[in-house]
Amino acid sequence: MAFDDAYGALTDHDDDARWAYGTGFTDPLAGVPAGFPEGVDRAGLAAYCLMLGDDALIMSHRLQQWVTRAPELEDEMALANIGLDLLGQARLLLARAGEAEGAGRDEDDLAYRRDPHEFRNVRLAERADADFAHLIARLLVLTTWRLALFDRLAGSRDPMLAAIAAKGVKELTYHRDYAARWTVRLGDGTALSHERMTAAVAEVLPPAAELFQPHQIELSLAAAGVAVDPATLRAEFDTVLAEVLTTATIDVAPGFSATAVGSPAATPGSPAATAGSPAAAAGSPETAASGRDGEHTEALGGILAEMQGLARAVPGGAW
Amino acid sequence: MIAEQVVATVTDPELPMVTLAELGIVREVREHGDGVTVTITPTYSGCPAMESIRADIAGALRTAGFGRVEVRTVLAPAWTTDWISETGRRKLAEAGIAPPGAAPRREAGPVPLTLMPRPSTVRCPRCGSGQTEALAAFGATACRELRRCLACREPFEHMKEI
Repeated sequence: MAFDDAYGALTDHDDDARWAYGTGFTDPLAGVPAGFPEGVDRAGLAAYCLMLGDDALIMSHRLQQWVTRAPELEDEMALANIGLDLLGQARLLLARAGEAEGAGRDEDDLAYRRDPHEFRNVRLAERADADFAHLIARLLVLTTWRLALFDRLAGSRDPMLAAIAAKGVKELTYHRDYAARWTVRLGDGTALSHERMTAAVAEVLPPAAELFQPHQIELSLAAAGVAVDPATLRAEFDTVLAEVLTTATIDVAPGFSATAVGSPAATPGSPAATAGSPAAAAGSPETAASGRDGEHTEALGGILAEMQGLARAVPGGAW
Repeated sequence: MIAEQVVATVTDPELPMVTLAELGIVREVREHGDGVTVTITPTYSGCPAMESIRADIAGALRTAGFGRVEVRTVLAPAWTTDWISETGRRKLAEAGIAPPGAAPRREAGPVPLTLMPRPSTVRCPRCGSGQTEALAAFGATACRELRRCLACREPFEHMKEI
């Protein structure tokens, strides 16, 4: 392979591999023995794979947006690599969703040709980051939750989900460590970094309540031994967050716990809902609807416009 | 030449000093009546080299005269750096990349959080000193980190244990 021409080198294969978006790539599940465990609702499995795949796809896109904006080159590499891992997880899960659905849609159809209301990611994944501290807080929450989820999903009755999850656990372990270390570095850093990291955590925790609200599909598939009921992840999530935040000297609120995060007690305007309290926005509309039902914030439209623009303008395009 | 020997010559697109077999990416090469089936596994979920790896293996086999070639992927069991052979580790070290140590063993219970970098036994691939420190957890690819030797002061890459 000649490297004089970087673009030429990318396409220097004797097959039809094309390095355009989407369409040139081989199905990531190509050659993976496909099958479905007995008695599993295929439509439900497809919907569930879409949920977990969309979480990874949308968060991956948000991470990619940090490339050229990260505080240090090393962190740019880290964020790009974490985004790439999540994109890989998304590809596998979307391909599996397409297989389970059985309507002939592949990963590209699902990534590039769905409208916002058809996406099933949690809303926290699409949230825009006000600063690097917000990104780190969001990454900490999402990876802590996803790692706990995938660790359990590795025992799924669906062999494909189990394999994707087992592989993902290894990656999410260092994703979470990365976010946790930055939380500590900023939280236990200067007065300014402490203030901004604390503010970011306080803003990101309330909408995190959505992560633990089980959707009907998750519940029925969990009963069938295929999925994980997200409500069961709270104890582990609480323990990990408490360890990170304590080390980071971040005191979000006395008696913080995920139970308090989702508590309906803190209605807007109540004394508990004052700024800085993690429960402040718990009753806000942002957590009332779920991304799992296709109810998204305005932010998703912007992400999809950027991500899907080329694929929609030039269907099947390659170069 | 038998198919396994042909596949054994195919190198990794990102680490051309080692072969796919030495990295543990090739899981099985099976010859049957009318062709060859090669089974590979990705190192990381998002490994962008999988397409190119598939094409390289199929291309090498076709060039060697094998007609029907199928390259299959398996996801389980998940790839681990423990599968890198001794030869592979030696070649990595010779190319200035410190090979991985033993992959971390998983205890029962939740995945432990690692807030501080673990004490490392990574040796400098140039001077052999064990006094090295991490510079960045991610290098050019997800599988490598950047380190520095405190004895000879040279920076180097280390393939992370996974």
